[in-house]
Amino acid sequence: MALDPLPVLNDPSPDELRERIEAAIPGSRVTEAGGDGHHFRVTVISDSFEGVSRINRHRTINEIFEGELGGRIHALSISCQTSEEAK
Amino acid sequence: MSETEANPLREAIAGAIAEKEVLLFMKGTPEAPMCGFSARTVATLEAHEATFFSVDVLPDPRIREELSAISNWPTIPQLFVKGELVGGCDIITEMADTGELATVLGVKAPAQPAAKAPETVQAPPLTIGDATAE
Repeated sequence: MALDPLPVLNDPSPDELRERIEAAIPGSRVTEAGGDGHHFRVTVISDSFEGVSRINRHRTINEIFEGELGGRIHALSISCQTSEEAK
Repeated sequence: MSETEANPLREAIAGAIAEKEVLLFMKGTPEAPMCGFSARTVATLEAHEATFFSVDVLPDPRIREELSAISNWPTIPQLFVKGELVGGCDIITEMADTGELATVLGVKAPAQPAAKAPETVQAPPLTIGDATAE
């Protein structure tokens, strides 16, 4: 077996992603946050997405993690819904 | 780098986006995708029997840098239809599920749900040389 890699401080966690999204988008709820430390999946419910294209909904989330996607957060799978769409 | 400086790569990417009705920037090729997200997006487009062109971003990291600068989108794949960014793998998958993708592509929605991409990414070709004498 290969040598263990050096411990990496502060790996991202689903809870961290949830907290940062909910803080960045007031009134939003992250109803699903999962991941293995590198690949993550989040479902975000917010009425601020009303009338906003899918592309721009995702951009809102991408901007929260700007500079980290593809790096510290290797991959982030996103689903954005209004509370009406989530019903 | 100055904004006014000539940037042939960026111009070539922007030109391809403007010219091709359906254009997918991906890792690898439709025949041999090198990433699960690219593979799933190709499978979705193929399930729609959509005609599309593809650009492999892997040969040079500058392709991806310039593309993301143009599209303001950080990840690969990226699907453009009629010059507009439609989305990456998540959005394409969602739109396939709701039937919106067929509308955007101007095709009939597939009768079957989009095929699942294979879980494993196709391995690169491996060449094993002849045995050497000791």
